[in-house]
Amino acid sequence: MTPTSSIQPTATEIETELLAFLHGRGKVEVAPDTDLFASGAVTSLFSLELVTHVEAAYGVAVVGDELRMDNFRSVRAMVGLIERLRATCETEPSHG
Amino acid sequence: MEEQDKSLVAVLGAGVMGVGIAALALGHGVPVVLVDVDDRVLEKAARDVPLRIRQGQLLGKLPRTTDLPPLTTSTSLEAAAAATVVIEAVVEMPEVKAKVLRAVSESVAPGTPLVSNTSGIPIDELAGHTLRPSDVLGAHFMNPPYLIRTVEVIRGPRTTDEALDPALRLLTSLDRESIVVGDGAGFVINRVLQRMINESARIVQEGIATHEEVDALFQGCLGHRTGPLATADLIGLDNVVDSLRVLHTRTGDAGFDPCELLLSKVGTGDFGRKTGRGFYAYES
Repeated sequence: MTPTSSIQPTATEIETELLAFLHGRGKVEVAPDTDLFASGAVTSLFSLELVTHVEAAYGVAVVGDELRMDNFRSVRAMVGLIERLRATCETEPSHG
Repeated sequence: MEEQDKSLVAVLGAGVMGVGIAALALGHGVPVVLVDVDDRVLEKAARDVPLRIRQGQLLGKLPRTTDLPPLTTSTSLEAAAAATVVIEAVVEMPEVKAKVLRAVSESVAPGTPLVSNTSGIPIDELAGHTLRPSDVLGAHFMNPPYLIRTVEVIRGPRTTDEALDPALRLLTSLDRESIVVGDGAGFVINRVLQRMINESARIVQEGIATHEEVDALFQGCLGHRTGPLATADLIGLDNVVDSLRVLHTRTGDAGFDPCELLLSKVGTGDFGRKTGRGFYAYES
């Protein structure tokens, strides 16, 4: 996938979008640092939906050691994951 | 790892349990051939198995490797011929299980463990339909099999160590804890659990308590993670009724006769989580 850094959303925009996703799809109102699992806002069944949403919306692949609940524990953790994966993506050499 | 290297698990039936068992094996590096009579069911299973593996990895219940063995699917039981262990997970109907186990016993090598994931049909009854009853045992996986470590393993009166031991080694290589029990309708778990579900549903039917109240009591007073009726929705109310009928027929105990409320929910297609509605409503 070709990185599109010039039009990539900022951390604040990602945070806003994820909160909206949780509100719309998950029907939960949370703060960026709410522990989604401890608070019961998100079930383990819904957590996989969060993973696929993050992948589809931000063009990242959450695999291997990154595929862990701690990376989806809060909106802030998800923002950190997305930024980390995008940074990795941008520094990898192009094979095209 | 040696166990994985030479294993090939044939999973018969690509429903909820077949998909879950396939995900468990593949997630631990064991190749799987998944067999079902219905092509569309296999197509859905081929999409679902990777999702179930990801869920297991996400929750830390499966190794987080991206190097997974292949999933092969087939509508022919012949595809199971080379299996080192066969796990039968077709619908909980004695005649269907008997037919499938008979057919697969004709195609695999003698000594290949034939493991039924029945939730309550006596193993010896199923074994009696096969070419080699000594190769047949039970492994009652919980749902989802890749999240719940403990497996109720059933040794029938004719099951030999030669069949039981390799099946237990496979389960160990899949990081499962096996508890081996004797044979009998419902074994341990369902002899107790199905009775509890039926009685809980009867309580709701009689208006003594709502389904939420029944479950809240079991959670709050007895420390159950979910109550019996939420558990029933997870199992599938159709499967609950099938299991109750198996138990009722074989024990003659009226307490296992499925109550009207369960029958009416199954009659209207409200099977629980898998159809979006059972005792509770679920979002798709």
